[in-house]
Amino acid sequence: MRKKKKGKEVLLQGNEAIVEGAIRAGLKFFAGYPITPATEIAELLALKLPRIGGTFIQMEDEIASIAAVIGASLAGAKSMTATSGPGFSLMQENIGFAIMAEVPCVIVDCMRAGPSTGLPTSPSQGDVMQARWGTHGDHPIIVLCPSTVKECFSLTILAFNFSERFRIPVILLVDEIVAHMRENICLEDENIEIVNRVKPSVPPEWYIPYEDTPSGVPPMANFGDGYRYHVTGLTHDVKGFPTSRPEEVDPFIRRLFRKISQNFKELQLGESFETEDAEICIIAYGCVARSAKRACIEARQRGIRAGLLKLKTLWPFMRTEVEKVLQRARVVIVPEMNMGQISREVKRVNRGQSKVFTINKVDGTPITPEEILLKIKEVY
Amino acid sequence: MGEVTKLIHKYLRHDKKFPHVWCPGCGIGILLGSLIRAIDGCGFKKDEVVLVSGIGCTGRLPVYVDFNTLHTTHGRALAFATGIKLAKPQLKVIVVMGDGDAVAIGGNHFIHAARRNVDLKAVVVNNSVYGMTGGQYSPTTPYGAKTSTSPYFHIERPFKISELAIVSGASFVARSTVYHVKLLDELLKRAFLKKGFSVVEVISHCHTQYGKINRIGSAVDMLIWQREHAIPVDKAREMKEEELTDRFVIGVLQDRDFPTFEEEYEKVRKMAKKFTEI
Repeated sequence: MRKKKKGKEVLLQGNEAIVEGAIRAGLKFFAGYPITPATEIAELLALKLPRIGGTFIQMEDEIASIAAVIGASLAGAKSMTATSGPGFSLMQENIGFAIMAEVPCVIVDCMRAGPSTGLPTSPSQGDVMQARWGTHGDHPIIVLCPSTVKECFSLTILAFNFSERFRIPVILLVDEIVAHMRENICLEDENIEIVNRVKPSVPPEWYIPYEDTPSGVPPMANFGDGYRYHVTGLTHDVKGFPTSRPEEVDPFIRRLFRKISQNFKELQLGESFETEDAEICIIAYGCVARSAKRACIEARQRGIRAGLLKLKTLWPFMRTEVEKVLQRARVVIVPEMNMGQISREVKRVNRGQSKVFTINKVDGTPITPEEILLKIKEVY
Repeated sequence: MGEVTKLIHKYLRHDKKFPHVWCPGCGIGILLGSLIRAIDGCGFKKDEVVLVSGIGCTGRLPVYVDFNTLHTTHGRALAFATGIKLAKPQLKVIVVMGDGDAVAIGGNHFIHAARRNVDLKAVVVNNSVYGMTGGQYSPTTPYGAKTSTSPYFHIERPFKISELAIVSGASFVARSTVYHVKLLDELLKRAFLKKGFSVVEVISHCHTQYGKINRIGSAVDMLIWQREHAIPVDKAREMKEEELTDRFVIGVLQDRDFPTFEEEYEKVRKMAKKFTEI
């Protein structure tokens, strides 16, 4: 039996840990539509949210779910929805609305193999680019990706923190394996800071709802707080009113990007495993990072200096960290359960510094440590 | 100061650039006046009113008035409003939509909002056409009419918005036209004070698109058409069905009491708290 740590350990599923994390972060409103492999999140919140005075509602579709989530957030409730590929596709337009109107919310996408109805419900990592560019127009986004049950808990809290702090929807991209996997985790020991949106400190008549600030994030008044203002998906001026004047549009769109880009360092979370002296480095995320770590350990036992950079933040892409790996390692392998969505980014920042190989698996089965080890031996 | 001037000063946004986007003679301006008089008549505070809209000519309405205003995506206004109301039930959430917005792209949200009976107030401006995009046919375009996407004649049968709301379970359903503006004031006020999902269908006109292509004439001609085709609900009861063909009934069409979603959910909260952590 495993030794108990300080706090009580519980055996939780990835999706259950997401629920625990969301409640810890202050979730008060959930709207969703049933879809495997995300349904456990809705079911558990239907049970738990009313106990803490929150609200659970099952909407008529995913479009309505994300719309209700944005509405609830505008009224001041920390809000979330959870879905899988097909539902995530339906949500894209309103995710763009949340980006444009700067409404904090969290969207969980438990990835299953696609396109379309695809393989319900085999695992996949096919939604990486959709999470980045799924909604139309030029926009920034934050996407976090857990690979353990513990990270399901901690990254969910972080997703809420980032969304509240930067007034942006944050997407938690979970693959089916991590969503349904069970591990022991300790929830009590976690001492994580909870961030709430900054409210205006000025009286209502002075409030400029979309004013530029040094952080690029204007304070946010909730509906009903006495600050009456206009929220729109149209490109708007600092007062929130629609505008098409180039001299107002340009600084607004640039501010949306700036509020994220000037905080890249804090947003980009990764974990290095024996990368210091690695000749071969693997860059992986989600469930594949688990197989990659095992493959590294076994490669080292065979005298091959292998290392792993695990990405916990997929977007904004961790260029600085990835560049360091590319400069150090002779060979870089990017294993993914898609035809090469993150490897394309790695190749983009590589610029001839290292040799980049990929492992692409799209048959609905996980990438095993053996497959990665085989590739390591092949390219070593 | 005249009564109208007082309302203008109190409710219109002074820092918003006027004139508005609507064509001269448009019915949406009449509705805006009616909406303001009704809200004022209900005695709601400006801070507690949230005005939500979708996309289209009607979608542009909230920006001009000094409430908490939200201009959402096409068809989704009721879904956004559901989130607002459930997160902060003390707010008075009023949703204005056009016919395309409410029963084409947003049709699913419309019937489910009615069924769910969240305490929302839906005002649907029905002008039988997509005005902003250039007069394409909508789900309420009459059979045989010409529009820019039915240049020969329209072959689909129209939705009856109020009847759809009734069978979907709305607590209160009423219809008026922008010609019958006193009635409209009164119906909006009743809807706003009613508990539960309430719908007011507002028959309006689009002389710029629909009136022109169908050779009906000016905005005034279309208002006269509304006067001549609207039958008050009491009078309609005494009329035969064939007499009501090509006409529509105005007044309160449905008024009934169901528990709201919020009231029912409060019961869920009470029951949930009895159970200890599982």
